[in-house]
Formats: sequence, structure tokens, C-alpha cells
Amino acid sequence: MEDLSFRHHVRAPAGGARKSAIVGVVASGNLEVLVERVLPDAECALEIKTAAVGFGDVWRAVIGDFVERYSPGGLRFSINDGGARPDTVSLRLAQAVRLIAEHGQ
Amino acid sequence: MTGWQNNRAARDERIAAGAGFGHGKVVQARDATRLLEAVIRPGDRVCLEGDNQKQADLLSRALLAVDISRVNDLHMVQSGVVLSEHLDLFDRGVAKRLDYAYSGPQSARIARMLFGGKIELGAVHTYLELFARYFIDLTPHVALVAAVSADREGNLYTGPNTEDTPTVVEATAFKDGVVIAQVNEIVETVPRVDIPADRVHFIVKADQPFFVEPLFTRDPAAITEGQVLTAMLAIKGIYAPYGVQRLNHGIGFSTAAIELLLPTFGERLGLKGRIATHFALNPHPALIPAIESGWVRQIHSFGSEVGMDDYIRARSDVYFTGPDGSLRSNRAFCQAAGLYACDMFIGSTLQIDLQGNSSTVTTSRIAGFGGAPNMGADARGRRHPSVPWLKAGAEADPDGAALLRRGRKLVVQIGETFGDKNVPLFVENLDAMELAEKLNLELAPIMIYGDDVTHIVTEEGVANLLLCRTAQEREQAIRGVAGYTEVGRRRDHGMVERLRERGVIRRPEDLGINVLDADRSLLAARSIKDLVRWSGGLYAPPSKFRNW
Repeated sequence: MEDLSFRHHVRAPAGGARKSAIVGVVASGNLEVLVERVLPDAECALEIKTAAVGFGDVWRAVIGDFVERYSPGGLRFSINDGGARPDTVSLRLAQAVRLIAEHGQ
Repeated sequence: MTGWQNNRAARDERIAAGAGFGHGKVVQARDATRLLEAVIRPGDRVCLEGDNQKQADLLSRALLAVDISRVNDLHMVQSGVVLSEHLDLFDRGVAKRLDYAYSGPQSARIARMLFGGKIELGAVHTYLELFARYFIDLTPHVALVAAVSADREGNLYTGPNTEDTPTVVEATAFKDGVVIAQVNEIVETVPRVDIPADRVHFIVKADQPFFVEPLFTRDPAAITEGQVLTAMLAIKGIYAPYGVQRLNHGIGFSTAAIELLLPTFGERLGLKGRIATHFALNPHPALIPAIESGWVRQIHSFGSEVGMDDYIRARSDVYFTGPDGSLRSNRAFCQAAGLYACDMFIGSTLQIDLQGNSSTVTTSRIAGFGGAPNMGADARGRRHPSVPWLKAGAEADPDGAALLRRGRKLVVQIGETFGDKNVPLFVENLDAMELAEKLNLELAPIMIYGDDVTHIVTEEGVANLLLCRTAQEREQAIRGVAGYTEVGRRRDHGMVERLRERGVIRRPEDLGINVLDADRSLLAARSIKDLVRWSGGLYAPPSKFRNW
């Protein structure tokens, strides 16, 4: 196991009003993302527990691109990773942002 | 005595030596080893029919059991090294030299035996190349083939898995060789004659049907969202703009995803009838929904697929079938069809380097090539025009004179940037290079040469290598779709952006595809059971794919 943590300043808050959302599952090659609207609008944070050790640089690159693209201001992401591929991580993060931007609680 | 018919006389002697073991041509299974000892000479070239799917397994075991003081140092010339017995022959000293094309399930062991010097390797061929050599310098002295049934005269019925048999028999029987067939049963009249009796010298009745491996079944349940996305990119980014109608699909989940998206995503794009109408393809179960939806007009097959017999029989407008109603496959003809009459090959690989060379060889596995290099190569002898072929040719050489400009076959490598166990698809140097050095090979085992590859599709986008004008552009186009692999992260971001502006690289958003729409619900079938339903109950999947 490895714990990784990233904080970014972002240009805009995430859309929608929902407080939290969960996408994905913890399984081999997959990951679970819990996203909560708990931070100031100009910040986002990602806490990662991953089964794969030694991929910090790849996570940094994936998350850098994600933050740049989606500007997820105000969101904290808690990620349980079962060794997912980077493209799966990108997809789950994007799905999480979409889900929390939907209507409802 | 000098003469001009020595080989014929030698063949007749071999047949006479074997004749004592049977009644007419029919030999009992328990006498198979003694038959082989009588017929085969040390150092002979022997084709032990190991196809991509069908295996002459009884004859393999019989050959393995020979007295090695009588039969030894054989030169095996067979397309597939698939059964463990195929390699046990070399461990025992029955065989010494090997020329082959494909070794899927034995890929790890064959690598160990090559390193250990147990096998003297001629070459790893493509199918068509090995078949060609059967008629020039690798003609078998003895062919050991497999069929479903025979009559007492020796007419053979191969059933749907005809595969390599006509080619092997042609080369052997018409050049003074001996043909021995194992059959599942001996019947009064065969359902159709795949091999005429005068080319067959002995028939051995097997106690069990020959082994066939279901190689082309991909369970839709295992297709990932990433593969759905990649398939959407391929359809919208390549099939649609080139209008690809005649094509071959490799094995793999990415191409299975494409097959399952035709009736859904493809239909919504209005592509029905405009793409994917004529195939050189095994009977992939994943294509059933597209066939049932009226997309596919015709399919010629290299081999068959376990469980597809009844479906094929009921869809003879689509498949090639015999007077008995069942599929007639033929690997050599289908390979030729894929090489000359298809405008596109799309398939996966294990490693792609910065020039676009691709290989399925890793340092511990030598899987061979099978058909991909013939499908995935420009046919320099092609002369007939077609829209996709001419368009690709024009992209590669926009300033050439149209009437003198060759077209180009679309050769597409598709895959996710990270494969199984997070192994990167893109590498600076292919393992095949290291292997070639270790084994002192004169050629690295490259499956598809970079100069034949026209497009690479990953979840990050489509790279059109036809539009690259320099080696540097080509390298950056490849890095530009290599995702978060090390090769991808080392891209020149400025140059990749410029390539994107020119349309050399196209991202999902450039093609109007929202990554979040890449959902498994787009698949026309999401399980094997769904495929059975689409087929109206005609598809009978093998038990290992039944999980309901």
C-alpha cells in the first residue's frame, strides 16, 4: 500500500450543488472515488490509498491534467485504488465530477 | 542407378512399408506409432498438422512414442506449435529442427527451449510465408493431418475447421510425399469431400475427436470502458472517414468492442452499409449482433470457432459453406484475401516502439506471428483501386502524380496505453531486439513493421502516421497517443499540439466524442448470454464461457 496526497489551487469551483458522490468499485484494476464538496472554491485535494507502490509520478501527471481540464474547485477526492490503469483513473475522476454536478443530494 | 522418378519410388516404398499395419488405408489407433516408424525416415521434413485451432493430437502422441533409433532428427514444418507434445518431440530427440508460424499456448516453453538449444530454429514465419515455402524449399516428406471423417477410400471431410489441411496435403501429395490422416470416424459416405482420396495414403481412426481450441471468443462481459472508448475513436476516426468496407479484425477485446458497437454507436452515426460489410475473419461470436442487424454482407474465414457451427449453417448468405451446409474455411486463401482484397487490418499488439514497429515477442515469450503480418502489411502486388486505399495513398504522398501513386492499406494498431498488469504498450526498445541479440538471430521478430503501420489508436486518441513527414513527427505522433506511459510522458508538448492542429493526432473531443459517453451500455451484447440471444439460440458457446 502507498498513501499519496495532492492539493491544487484551481481557477473555478466545480458545478452543481450536490454534497457528495461515489463512483467505481475497489477491485483489481479498478478504483473507488468518493468526492465531497467540503473545501473552499479555489482549492481541491486528492487523498489516495493505492495497492500499487511506486507510481507517484504517474499519479502526479494524471491529476495535474485532470485538475487543469475540469477545475474541480471545492472538492475533496478520497480514492481507494486497486492498481487501476491511469486511463481508468482519469475516467473515474471525470465521472465523479460529472456525478456531483448533477441535481439532487 | 540414376533416374528421374526416385522420389516416387521412395514414396511407394514408404507406403508399402506402412501397408502391413492396416486393412486397405485404415489403420487402428493402437498401430499408429508402428505405422509412423515404418513410413518416416530420419531427417524427414514432417508437417504435423498443428493449425491455429485444429490439432492432429492422436498423431502427435503417436509420433512422440516412436523408437528414436528408427525415427529421429526430424525437421518439423508446421504452422502451429500448440500442444505440449509438439515440443516434447524435441526434448525426446524425435525432432531437431523447426520452422513454424504461431506458438500461442507454448510461447513461454518454446522460448526456454530455444535459449536452451533444444530446438534448431529455421525461422518464425507468417502463415502465407510458411505455406509458400511448402511449395519451394520446405516440402514435407510426410504430412500428418486431422479431419472429422473419412470413407474407406480415404476421402476426407474436415468439417468447418478445414484450415491448413488442403494446403498441407497439396504440397505433400503432389511432390511424392505420404499423407496420413487421423479422423474422428469412418463413414460410408462423407458429407462433402474436402480432400480427395487419391491424396490420402493412410487413415487412423482416433478414439476421441481432434482437439480444437476456441481462440476467437471474447466475453463481452470483460470489455472495459477504456476499450469502448478506443473502439468509438476507431469507428469515428478511421472507419468512417475512409469508408472502410473490406477488412480484417485481429483477436482482442478492442476489436470485439468495435464489433459490438457497430449496431449501436455505428448505427447512430449512419454508417450501416458504408463500413464493415466484407470481412476476412474467423467466425467471431462478437460479430453476431452486427450480422443480425444487417451490417455484414460476406465473411471468408481462416478457420472456424467452437460453438458457431449451427449459426454459420443458418447464415449461409454471409459465410462460405459446402454442399453439406457447414462452413468451409481455408487459411491460405483467407490469408491471401486479407493481404490483397482488404483495405484495412486492425489489431492489437504487446509492444510498439517509437518508429511504430510492433511485436508480440517478449523476452520470455515467443508467440509467433500467425496471420497479423500478412493482414497488417501493404501488398506491393496490389493493383485494384478502392476509395480507402487511394485516400490513404494520397495522404502519404500528397504531391505524387495520382495515376502513378500506389494506394496504401490501412494498418491500424489499437490498444490501451497500459495492458495487462499495467505493462506499457509503448516502449523505447522492443524486447524482440534483445531476444534477437541473445539468440543470434539475423532478424528481430517484428510482427508489423513501422513503415506498414498507418494509424495507432489508444484511449488518448488517434495518430495518423500517413500524415507525418519526418521521423521526428512520427515519433511525436506516437508519443502523443501513448498516454501516461513513460514514452507518452516524454513527449514534446509543443510539437504534439502542432500535430493535433494538423489533424495528425485527434483527441476524443476533436472527433466529437465525450469520454464520459464511453459506457458499456453502448455494447450491443454485454455477455455471452446476450450473444446467444442475438443468435436466436443458434450460437452454442463452449462451457468455459457459460457463466449463467
